[in-house]
Amino acid sequence: MAEHESAVQDNDQPLLMAEGLSKSYGRLMACRDVSFALYPGEVLAVVGESGSGKTTLLQLLSAQLAPSAGRVSYRMRDGVTRDLASLGEAERRFLFRTDWGYVHQDPALGLRMAVSAGANVGERLMAVGWNHYGRIRNTASSWLERVEIGIDRIDDAPRTYSGGMRQRLQIARNLVTEPRLVFMDEPTGGLDVSVQARLLDLMRNLVSELNLAAIVVTHDLAVARLLSHRVMVMKGGRVIETGLTDQVLDDPCEPYTQLLVSSILPA
Amino acid sequence: MTAMIEISNAEKTFTMHLQGGVQLPVVRGVSFFVEPGECVVLAGPSGAGKSSILKMIFGNYRCDAGRIGIRHEGAQIDLARAEPRQILSVRRATIGYVSQFLRAVPRVATSDVVAEPLIVNGMARSEARERAGALLRRLNIPERLWALPPSTFSGGEQQRVNIARGFISDLPILLLDEPTASLDAANRAVVVDLIGEKKRAGVAMVAIVHDDEIRHLIADRIVDVTSFAAAA
Repeated sequence: MAEHESAVQDNDQPLLMAEGLSKSYGRLMACRDVSFALYPGEVLAVVGESGSGKTTLLQLLSAQLAPSAGRVSYRMRDGVTRDLASLGEAERRFLFRTDWGYVHQDPALGLRMAVSAGANVGERLMAVGWNHYGRIRNTASSWLERVEIGIDRIDDAPRTYSGGMRQRLQIARNLVTEPRLVFMDEPTGGLDVSVQARLLDLMRNLVSELNLAAIVVTHDLAVARLLSHRVMVMKGGRVIETGLTDQVLDDPCEPYTQLLVSSILPA
Repeated sequence: MTAMIEISNAEKTFTMHLQGGVQLPVVRGVSFFVEPGECVVLAGPSGAGKSSILKMIFGNYRCDAGRIGIRHEGAQIDLARAEPRQILSVRRATIGYVSQFLRAVPRVATSDVVAEPLIVNGMARSEARERAGALLRRLNIPERLWALPPSTFSGGEQQRVNIARGFISDLPILLLDEPTASLDAANRAVVVDLIGEKKRAGVAMVAIVHDDEIRHLIADRIVDVTSFAAAA
């Protein structure tokens, strides 16, 4: 409880900060000099076409990749802001299990496909020390309900689920530990349009109810419009335009952003 | 100065990079103010930049030069230079916008679409829904439609849902872009009444209306946008 109260008081301080982040692979600069601050409850969309450096940036921010230059700092639950590079492996893993979520485009990467849905959700609770089977199962089923998966499917493995259900299960698995920050890599990629709409609506509600901060990588501007408060447009590893989402999409300034916005096919 | 909106020398030009960098000046030297309880109507032919000015006041379009002063939580903030999170805070607590078209999320029920501005400001869901219902009833949206998402409604119904969403909150500034465009006489009269109530509550409004009769009924002052024409 105390943690949550202090989190509410600290809404005016950034949760995550990137300063001069760069990553090169030999001569290729995948990410150049990216700086921004993300506040609690804020959803940032990173848009740009394939190869623009979006996914590299997400991996740098989530400490899965070490930057060639620059740094990422994160305000931990105890209120202390730490440089991610200074965290030990165990601390980093703990962050990933508790305060962070990571939603992959391919749910098979974020789920264990052969164990039951209930166990997929319960596993994250056990990793943070829950050990009462009844409580774990109750919490898991209430989360399945929240992501609109019927309780009658709790004992089925996700490999028997449709693509949309798998993605919703992955979200439940990520959110069950009440993280403050969720990274999402093309969360609606590869889904049917109708399935996408349902998922987006669900994510939008969860993000606002839980006051979640999120960084969403997407090439779909409609996803950015629906989910995010702010947008960063990337091209060639660089952030070329950034601002309030509706401002960037309705009044794009950079040539590349204008091209992206004008390339949307009218429905 | 007690004005709610105080704009001085605001300027907007579009640069169309896909058309060889053509510069499209929209407005220049936009200067006017709006006091609490006052409705200022922007006048001028279509294409004169009325909607652009409204969007600049809402922070939807960027402002290239000048100042857009908004009274927000007891202090004046310049929206032309504000950070995204400040603009979002202004939209939550100070400025409402009623556009001509409803941009609703699929699957969200009409009563929730209307109640949302109250809920984000902390009102209990049940009370917010009740107020939404009262407003929808006043705007002649039949109760059997309230649980449905508005995306399937007729143009006029959607616009009334939009009006309900815009008028439900107690925000001190309202921007109205053609709020009566596709409404019948009875519903236009309801909107005129709603605007009158907002004035009495001290709300500052900027409106675009093409209907002369409606303009006559709601305008306290008219600002002629042609004087801000930016054509070089």
